Amino acid sequence: MDLTILWYIVPSVIMFCAGVYGFCTRKNMIALLISLELMLNSADLNFIVFNRFLFPGTMDGMVFTLFAIAIAAAETAVAIAIIINIYREIGNTDITSVKQMKF
Amino acid sequence: MGITLPILILALPFTMFLILGIGGVKMSRKLAGTLGILANGALAVMAYIVAFTYFFSGEAQFILDGVRQQVQLFDVTWLAFTERMVVNIGFLLDPISAMMLVVITTISFMVHLYSWGYMEHEPGFQRYYAFLALFTFSMLGLVVATNIFQMYIFWELVGVSSYLLIGFFYKLPSAVSASKKAFIVTRFADLFMLIGILVLSYYVSHTPADGPLGGASAFNFMMLNAQPTNVLASTLGATFLSGSVLTWAMILIFVGGMGKSAMLPLHIWLPDAMEGPTPVSALIHAATMVVAGVYLVARFFPLYCIVPDSLTFITVVGAITAFYAAVVACAQIDIKRILAFSTISQIAFMMVALGCAYNEPIEGVHYSGLGYMAGMFHLFTHAMFKALLFLGAGALIHAVHSNDYTKMGGLRKYMPITHITFLIGCLAIAGIWPFSGFFSKDEMLAAMFNRHWFWGAWMTMVAGLTAFYMFRMYYLVFWWEENPEYKTSHHKPHDAPWQMSLPLIILAAVSCVAGFIPFGELVTYNGEPYHIHIEAPVAATSLTVAVLAIGLATAMYVKKNPWPTRLKNMFPALWQAAHRRFYWDEIYMFITHNIIFNIICRGIAWFDRHIIDGAMDGMAAVTNWCSVRIKGMQSGTVTAYVRWYFIGAVLLAAITWICLL
Amino acid sequence: MDSVANIILYFVVALCIAIFSVLTVTSRKILRAATYLLFVLIGTAVFYFQLGYQFLGAVQIAVYAGGIMVLFVFSIVLTRRPDDVAPLLDSHRRCLGICVSVAGAVLLLLAFFFMPLLDGMSLTQCLESGKEINMDTIGNAFLGSGRFQYLLPFEAVSVLLLACIIGGVTVARKR
Repeated sequence: MDLTILWYIVPSVIMFCAGVYGFCTRKNMIALLISLELMLNSADLNFIVFNRFLFPGTMDGMVFTLFAIAIAAAETAVAIAIIINIYREIGNTDITSVKQMKF
Repeated sequence: MGITLPILILALPFTMFLILGIGGVKMSRKLAGTLGILANGALAVMAYIVAFTYFFSGEAQFILDGVRQQVQLFDVTWLAFTERMVVNIGFLLDPISAMMLVVITTISFMVHLYSWGYMEHEPGFQRYYAFLALFTFSMLGLVVATNIFQMYIFWELVGVSSYLLIGFFYKLPSAVSASKKAFIVTRFADLFMLIGILVLSYYVSHTPADGPLGGASAFNFMMLNAQPTNVLASTLGATFLSGSVLTWAMILIFVGGMGKSAMLPLHIWLPDAMEGPTPVSALIHAATMVVAGVYLVARFFPLYCIVPDSLTFITVVGAITAFYAAVVACAQIDIKRILAFSTISQIAFMMVALGCAYNEPIEGVHYSGLGYMAGMFHLFTHAMFKALLFLGAGALIHAVHSNDYTKMGGLRKYMPITHITFLIGCLAIAGIWPFSGFFSKDEMLAAMFNRHWFWGAWMTMVAGLTAFYMFRMYYLVFWWEENPEYKTSHHKPHDAPWQMSLPLIILAAVSCVAGFIPFGELVTYNGEPYHIHIEAPVAATSLTVAVLAIGLATAMYVKKNPWPTRLKNMFPALWQAAHRRFYWDEIYMFITHNIIFNIICRGIAWFDRHIIDGAMDGMAAVTNWCSVRIKGMQSGTVTAYVRWYFIGAVLLAAITWICLL
Repeated sequence: MDSVANIILYFVVALCIAIFSVLTVTSRKILRAATYLLFVLIGTAVFYFQLGYQFLGAVQIAVYAGGIMVLFVFSIVLTRRPDDVAPLLDSHRRCLGICVSVAGAVLLLLAFFFMPLLDGMSLTQCLESGKEINMDTIGNAFLGSGRFQYLLPFEAVSVLLLACIIGGVTVARKR
């Protein structure tokens, strides 16, 4: 039995769709952020898997994963800063109570 | 002569405009007024130095073998469109521009001084002086222009400053509409002038470079005036109009002059322009700006002479206008309006004189360029005595607080200085020896009789009318019957303060002696001196007519009597027509409102309102309708956005995948 | 043919990732969800190690599992009590979420399975054919400006991080 590319893609897809489900259903903003991290992580895993199985001689996928991790960290930090600010303003972190962008 | 003085003459008033216009709000009235007057005094001194150097220094660049030369003191390229289409800015010195320098700076200085007293209590005093400086700058730039384009630029600038000064009392609706009227009418005329300039420069700049006109700028006055025949040749055969192209161009250029100089039928703005402050009327609407049309004709004189039809046109327009304005002036009540119509009439006089001049010797005529010299002479003397009359009228208005002669009467006892100076002005404009108007008018009439006896006779009649209406006004203001209000009123009319009286006295003195200036030695059409001598028959005729007219006015108006009213009731229609200025304003109103606005513009307005606006409104309405329908999707819930986004992504992926299968 | 140890490791980690990622998004206690996320991230790091990217696995653990998780825990503690329980989802929302995610999963898996490009070498073959990636290579790749070198993105990311530091401080500071 060989461990081919599809074996690694399946958990990645599960991770991604779990992230989507979480993003669609959860109301807590931090939970949304966690779902977002899941999706990002699955994308990172995909980069690595494709790099390893399709282009084993190069390291592009790895480099971009590194960048993605850096950007994800930055994005999380800013997002959490915003969430804390919103919490200070309105007293909770419920995404449904932030509707100022409406119309 | 170096170029320092010429540059300073242009730069000083412009700098004053900037200083007073920008810093005026921070200045006190006294500082602004003193600055303006001092700068203008310095300007006048500089202009005198330039003019006296030109006329009397005898330097070879100014006078060569007894012939005065046209000199470009400097001429720098400003815009170069093509090799021949070059716009320069420069300083042209020749007899007429030197004379105009003196006239403009003198009158401007007098008006600056006078305004200090007259405008003392008006708000916006500093702004007023800034505008005066702008006007002085523009007018100086106009007269020293080396080329048509520079002249056109400054021509528009004087229009703007005139607009600003007429509308100086911008809280009065009548002043605002008068300023708009003046600007629109003169702009309308300038449109024709621009077309004329373009026609002229087009043909001149399209002549071959190796031809007689080759290598010269298409706009330059010296080039155009030195070679009128070559200019005519360059237009010959160019179009089916053949040689008349130049005639048309010159007439179109003259239409611009008609607008500025208020010739019939473009005169309607000048009487209304009297809504401006009276010193402004003296400076702009009597002495300097309105004679720009005359100056224009004089500037292009060799070209006008090469196409005599245009000179005939000028003569006819001038003759009709002179008579019309003189008749209307007899039936006005507002003293400034009387003076305005008198200005129109006198400018038309100059136009006729120019139109009657020749540029080459004619059989049986002892001096063919007499009309040119006389017109310029009259421009000079008229500027002085008309400014005097306007400033005198200003003093009257200052004392009585009304423009109406019915509110005046018997003022000679209360205002002796104004009375004497005004009388001198009236005598000068009526053409009584030895006042200045006599000499210039005599020369003009002689030139007209030289051309044709009809013009001479016609203009002699206008001169008689002039004497009549001026003395009618003089008597009604200073004699007639004393207004009983003066006795009872605690505020009796009195002579103006010294700032206002001094200019009156100076100008009156000038009007007394200006006639003895040997003008022919200084300003002639070809620069060669001409010795003025009084033509006895012409002088005798005009003097007799003037004295008769004054006598008639004396008989009718010196004491209160019922005759004027009776005469008015005898010809009610005539009086009414003259009083309403022969309904020119009504005709214009009818044409613009009933014909242009109602018939032509209504369709355009309909198209604009329904088709163009409708299309725009329709687009906005459709967008609005759509956005109202779909704005519910923007719920503000981020999760919903993600859901929609993901559904869209899945659908797109599915479609792509199905297509790939 | 891959080694049995590798296959067993794969199954353990894959199962772990699948279960914990589902638990992450379904758990009603937010602090637990964060913990499950930590397990998923560690599982991913194990995959990186298995695929031969030791440096990346180390970064994943250090930055994600170490840094970001701490941030999450702090923000959770700052914004609510740790034993708060999220309300039950209404069936409409859950149904919609399930539909969307299952549809997406099915579509993605179908796409991957039918993509002819993707069946190929086994893990062992790949590991043998690829050259080893050591710190030296990575360092050169980041700080070089030639072909397959990434100085510009590296600098861009560093500027981005600086901007994020400033932005985070500005946004979250007390007014």
